[in-house]
Amino acid sequence: MTRDDRLPLANLWVAISAFGVAACMALMQALSRANLDLPWRSARMYYLSVTAHGVLMALVFTTFFIMGFGYVTVTRSLNRPVSLPGLAWGGFWTALLGTLLTAATILAGKASVLYTFYPPLEAYPTFYIGAALLVVGSWGWVWCMFASYRAWRREHPNDKTPLPFYALLTTAILWQIATVGVAVEVVVLLIPWSLGWTATIDPLLARMLFWYFGHPLVYFWLLPAYAVWYTVFPRVAGGKLFSEPLARLTFALFIILSTPVGFHHQAMDPGIPAGWKLFHTILTFGILFPSMVTAFTITASMETAGRARGATGLFDWIGKLPWGEPLFAAVALSMLLFAVGGFGGAINASFGMNAVVHNTAWIQAHFHLTVGSAVALTFMGTAYWLMPKLLGRELELRLLAKVQPYLWFLGMALFSFSNHITGLMGMPRRIYDASYGGSPVAAGWKVLTGVSAAGGVLLFVSAAFFVMVMVGTGLAGARRTPEPVLWAEPLEDPGPGRTIFDRYGLWVVTAVVIILIAYAYPLATHLAMPRFGAPGVPQY
Amino acid sequence: MKVDFYEKIWLWAAAVLIVAFAGTVVAGAVAEGYAPPSHVETINPATVWSDARFAHRGVTVDGNHVTVVAIGMTFAFLPSEIHVPAHRPVTFRLTSADVTHGFEIVGTNANTMLIPGYVSQFTVTFDTPGEYLIVCNEYCGQGHHTMSGKLIVEEATP
Repeated sequence: MTRDDRLPLANLWVAISAFGVAACMALMQALSRANLDLPWRSARMYYLSVTAHGVLMALVFTTFFIMGFGYVTVTRSLNRPVSLPGLAWGGFWTALLGTLLTAATILAGKASVLYTFYPPLEAYPTFYIGAALLVVGSWGWVWCMFASYRAWRREHPNDKTPLPFYALLTTAILWQIATVGVAVEVVVLLIPWSLGWTATIDPLLARMLFWYFGHPLVYFWLLPAYAVWYTVFPRVAGGKLFSEPLARLTFALFIILSTPVGFHHQAMDPGIPAGWKLFHTILTFGILFPSMVTAFTITASMETAGRARGATGLFDWIGKLPWGEPLFAAVALSMLLFAVGGFGGAINASFGMNAVVHNTAWIQAHFHLTVGSAVALTFMGTAYWLMPKLLGRELELRLLAKVQPYLWFLGMALFSFSNHITGLMGMPRRIYDASYGGSPVAAGWKVLTGVSAAGGVLLFVSAAFFVMVMVGTGLAGARRTPEPVLWAEPLEDPGPGRTIFDRYGLWVVTAVVIILIAYAYPLATHLAMPRFGAPGVPQY
Repeated sequence: MKVDFYEKIWLWAAAVLIVAFAGTVVAGAVAEGYAPPSHVETINPATVWSDARFAHRGVTVDGNHVTVVAIGMTFAFLPSEIHVPAHRPVTFRLTSADVTHGFEIVGTNANTMLIPGYVSQFTVTFDTPGEYLIVCNEYCGQGHHTMSGKLIVEEATP
């Protein structure tokens, strides 16, 4: 471990710890939904654990992992130290303090408001203050990424940004744009209201600000996973990146298309005119494009790997791939699950069809394929590949690391497909008990909630394997000289010169213009309308 | 930017698929007039019980026009049992007295959010008589999973 690697490692260990705690919460939820009467089962514990699971997985595990991986792309792809290390460490400690404050409030039972924290459900103020600190801390990371780029650019004025860093820099830009929404919601609306300085709150305005942030949030999770798919996975597979410029196109398109789509999460909300919901729906379909690009490029990259390993037939390259390599298996399986999740997402966004699935178990099934598989499984694979290189240790418990992605795939298949079906049958998401007082309709969900619980147990075992491998590697892995981080090479090198994809100002301005078109008018008319606030309903 | 021939075909196919997705949604909205519940009307959540629009809750039949007025609160819908005739458009007018709730009639496309301060309104026609389960599908507190109601769709007597 070098001094430079202490920063990413600190972030990655927080991510792994949050993941471990959140996975324990998940096990309890899956068993509860199936009405298995465990001794500690209660509605209070269930909703507490759903909140903890959502916050720790979706906001803490992801954010810290992405920050850690982002710093790795500075030191290993820009090949220079992180600029403004004081800001980086300040951001880390601020985000960690925020995480501890929020987590302690949740675990004390004073913030069972779930990770969407829709007012007027009201948590204890430290929940919101901690969340704000987490976001502010992550801005430290964002500006270190920007500063590192500027420093590199001064030394390489005519070069295009190396692709691994490019992917994480676009992630940082996207995150800066997106978090404005949640920062305004938390700092302007929620914190003063939870402290009693304002009596009431407009729940719909809070939802609009939350979903301005909530959809680009999913691309904040996804882009670093795509970074691994494009810049690590082809090399681990034994091949090359099929198309380098299309990889850049993908990341650039996410800067402009991620944010102006939030109303598709609010299709069933009163108070937002249908025309604006339709406009956001159409923009949402636009985001399918970069993911379709990704599907082709990564699959073609896998084929180059299979052929480099001696395959000659139409499909035999699949069998030649290194399925026993933990990173390879994790990414390949996460892509399979994501293909299903992606099309499910198109259904969710579909204006009319959303009525069939809105707030049903279908939604949790969907995002466990996207953030829970494409992102989380890729990050676990990345940790197997990256942590030994940062720590200068051998990966311990290698067999568990080999089995873990397959176990996750199987558990997620059971969990996700059963919840997709119960969702179509109308079962709501986030319910402690799915029996509805013996309702015959609800009785029809019973078998599938059992399948979902079985999937949840497999996922928990898989998560436990991951944490064991990480702790084992960190504490007991045999020491050795750290291996270099080697990124995938493109099949055809398009040359070193800067291209349109390096013109960040252009992409940011385009993004801001589209966001203004999508949000300025509906928000302005909303604020101009006579509205009534709602008083808080404390959950503590 | 050089793009492989097969990848070009794939990208064009993806673009066509995306346009087709958007096209079907726009066609449904324009030709069929379909839109998700998007009524814009505000109400003071502190006075919903006495507000003239929600003081009389229940089902009103006026000629061919059926209106259901109901309020969601932790952890019940009032009224909790609603009887409506089959084959006739039923307009639901709903709001919340406290926190954000959901209103979903299981097995149908009737699904909306109930947000305090706002009135949700949508119209739906039930063609199959029978008993339906109404559930709250937005987390509203520790009793969320108990918040439910009944909708009875009755075959109209001639």
